[in-house]
Amino acid sequence: MENESIKKLKEARTLLKEWNYELRPIEKGYCNRTLYINISNNVIESKDVTPEMKEKFIGGKGFGLYLLWKAVKNTTKWHDPENEIVIGTGPICGITQYPGAGKSLLVSISPLTDIVIDSNVGGYFGPFLKFAGWDALEIQGKAKNDIIIFIDGTSGSIKIEEAPLEAIDSHVLAEQLTEMYADDEYDKRNISVVSSGKAAEFVRMGMLNFSFYDPRRKVVRVKQAGRGGIGRVFRDKKIKAIVIKNKATKGNLNNPVNKALINKAGLRLHREIQQYDDKQNRMRQVGTANIIEIMDEYDLLPTHNFKFGGHPDAKKIYSNVFRDNYLTQGLPDGCWYGCSMACSKAADKFELKTGPYAGQKVTVDGPEYENAAGLGANLGCFDPQFILEANFYCDTYGIDIISFATSTAFAMECYENGILNSEITGGIELKFGNSAAVLEILHQMARGEGFGVVIGQGILRMKKLFIEKYGADPNFVNDIGMEQKGLEYSEYQSKESLAQQGGYGFTNKGPQHDEAWLIFMDQVNNQIPSFEDKAEALHYFPMFRTWFGLVGLCKLPWNDITPPSNKNYPPTEAAKVPEHVENYCWIYEGVTGEKLTPEKLILQSERVYNFQRIFNIRLGKGLREHDAVPYRAVGPVTEEEYKSREERYDKQMKELIGIDPTGKSIAEKVAIVRKYRLEQYEKLMDAVYERRGWNKNGVPTIEHLQKIGMDLPELIEIIKPLQ
Amino acid sequence: MRDKNLFEEEHITSNICGGFPKMRLLAKIEENCVACHSCEEACSNLYFKEENPLKAALRIIEANNDSDPHQIITCTQCGACIDVCPAQAITRAKNGVVRINKKMCVGCFICVSVCPENALFFHDDLQEPFKCVACGVCVKNCPTEALYIKKIPDEA
Repeated sequence: MENESIKKLKEARTLLKEWNYELRPIEKGYCNRTLYINISNNVIESKDVTPEMKEKFIGGKGFGLYLLWKAVKNTTKWHDPENEIVIGTGPICGITQYPGAGKSLLVSISPLTDIVIDSNVGGYFGPFLKFAGWDALEIQGKAKNDIIIFIDGTSGSIKIEEAPLEAIDSHVLAEQLTEMYADDEYDKRNISVVSSGKAAEFVRMGMLNFSFYDPRRKVVRVKQAGRGGIGRVFRDKKIKAIVIKNKATKGNLNNPVNKALINKAGLRLHREIQQYDDKQNRMRQVGTANIIEIMDEYDLLPTHNFKFGGHPDAKKIYSNVFRDNYLTQGLPDGCWYGCSMACSKAADKFELKTGPYAGQKVTVDGPEYENAAGLGANLGCFDPQFILEANFYCDTYGIDIISFATSTAFAMECYENGILNSEITGGIELKFGNSAAVLEILHQMARGEGFGVVIGQGILRMKKLFIEKYGADPNFVNDIGMEQKGLEYSEYQSKESLAQQGGYGFTNKGPQHDEAWLIFMDQVNNQIPSFEDKAEALHYFPMFRTWFGLVGLCKLPWNDITPPSNKNYPPTEAAKVPEHVENYCWIYEGVTGEKLTPEKLILQSERVYNFQRIFNIRLGKGLREHDAVPYRAVGPVTEEEYKSREERYDKQMKELIGIDPTGKSIAEKVAIVRKYRLEQYEKLMDAVYERRGWNKNGVPTIEHLQKIGMDLPELIEIIKPLQ
Repeated sequence: MRDKNLFEEEHITSNICGGFPKMRLLAKIEENCVACHSCEEACSNLYFKEENPLKAALRIIEANNDSDPHQIITCTQCGACIDVCPAQAITRAKNGVVRINKKMCVGCFICVSVCPENALFFHDDLQEPFKCVACGVCVKNCPTEALYIKKIPDEA
């Protein structure tokens, strides 16, 4: 019998549009059509996937960028109705035999960066979208009132309904909708919900949650498409949720050409994880949180707005603290079927102490490393209870934790430096370590009030405001504001690794580590000493990692476990994990029937990567000037920072720069290091641009586009005047 | 014909062997095995209607020399596969036998990778893995009494 409260929600609905389509099997990993929904006029269409799309863009993020390019104008801003949210899948997405094959890839024009943002997310929505018959979902327009879009893959129908009574916050809404659309308890596993939260109505760092039902815990779990404010676009379009429903998941729904190749790769990796994970990264025990202590130990844990790389109190938030006191474990915790790496950790029956849900016992998805590092170390709040509470509220309110933590850390440093005061913050003592203040900022974001909303606009906009309104020194806030292209830095210290400064700086979407993470290769193991070595790494790894987003895979099972065969390779080759690259070639060929070599894989990525770079140029960024980074990411801004690593910096000054530090004041030494490091960064930029086939201004050359088969007229038109 | 009762028994979702008054499992005496493969043929015939040792829920690995016995890979019903199944498709039945519910299975093969006996099998023609349910058809077809059904507690 239908639950009374669900019945009420349904009765208040108004049907705006119903549209039926023919269900048909997936062929070799592709549905060969994409779904277009315009919520301004409620037009729904099926678009054919062309052979050119498959050849040049592969799928996933590639399809997303292709569709978004056609949908927007050069002048389109995030809140214009023509801006879209595109959710792409990819040909490998949805297989169940290889770990990490359930990713969705989102693109949109970002409210933080004003260029394209891409964000990948787990949960069941991506595979279900494909099983329902669509390689990608394109949403354009703006609804008048709050709507819910329902894609029914069991019958081939789509409904757009006004939905006034459903909750906004994800932990309530995803439960309501899973309950509403599932036939029974067992059927809940066939539902996935995309939703955001109340704060996404007010802050630019709004995020989206993608759900899956956890049959063991009997709760709806959520994974986050965090970066770049797509949740803000979602709520600006007045979408409450997108719900998808399917028939039972089976292992062959992609209709792969050669299942044996997929099975071979899958079992090889399953067995490797089973044998080595406990000795290597313990992804199954603690998830990505396993690196909290490693980052702390190697001076890489961003602390107090990236001033320092660790803290004596950091041990209070090491991974075992969460494992022993909060996480409910011993069960597989994958965010898609077949992921034996199973890193989706959760704390159950966690009692909230603050906010509108105080007293409720909830399931917290996390903590991921980024959450613990950002909320814990970067804000100086070394309290696991606080980290989980803030983690939960960021998720349910629809706030990207990375942007939240990095932005709040910036505001805290401004407060401690007298740029802000309690009058400006409305009485909030915004000091490092004040976890109550952080939670209040969070709740303000969801209420759309107070200084929380100011922080929620992100660092780029805060810097402008603080300079113009509060008289902040522009040089200082530009040095310490950890954003680039408008996106906040993710939670790693790049200060002591030149390669990672580029790994963050030369990214398409802004400083997120999903393109390159070279700190250990560079800083710790010194495997890429020359500019040429670094440039090669900053070509190969961003291209290689782009590929995950084209086909629908997760990055983690690539190098968060390494096979014994890795010891047969020299270090720079071992970093590529050749055996796993072979797995990827097998599964790609297994699904599509097309042979793939490691070289062809890089070419596939290079095409889409250059397309995205030119998309940025089209929208007004993507040139050399936009690849500059805040100095905090490069070296010590303040004397306090210099002193914290004085011995190291003095030694480097003598050995690398050739200047004797003896007798020099700290201020003089800060200036010397700064001059040297910024020159190094520029030299690295030259080397990387050349390796990527770009000119000195960071623009892909026409010859390079011809070489990689991407000399499409619409791209040439953009870059020709910039050659 | 498949024995219907084998597949429609009430399942109990626990991997704890203790507390089961009776357990049934396929046991082996490797010294008796002559590697005639009759057991594999009987098994694949019963469940997949073909004589294909790669589709049998047990496996005979022939010894390299005369002095070693042939190896018989069988399921000990230990239940290591139960907890790792993301679809909860693997459960222990009242008689202690661990079963895979094919309807619920999503074919990820994580269970295959964790089996300590390598006794959870898959075949590229099939979407779901398969395992021994201690039905005893192999025992009946073994000419040398290398296989038998063990009941716990021992009723012999």
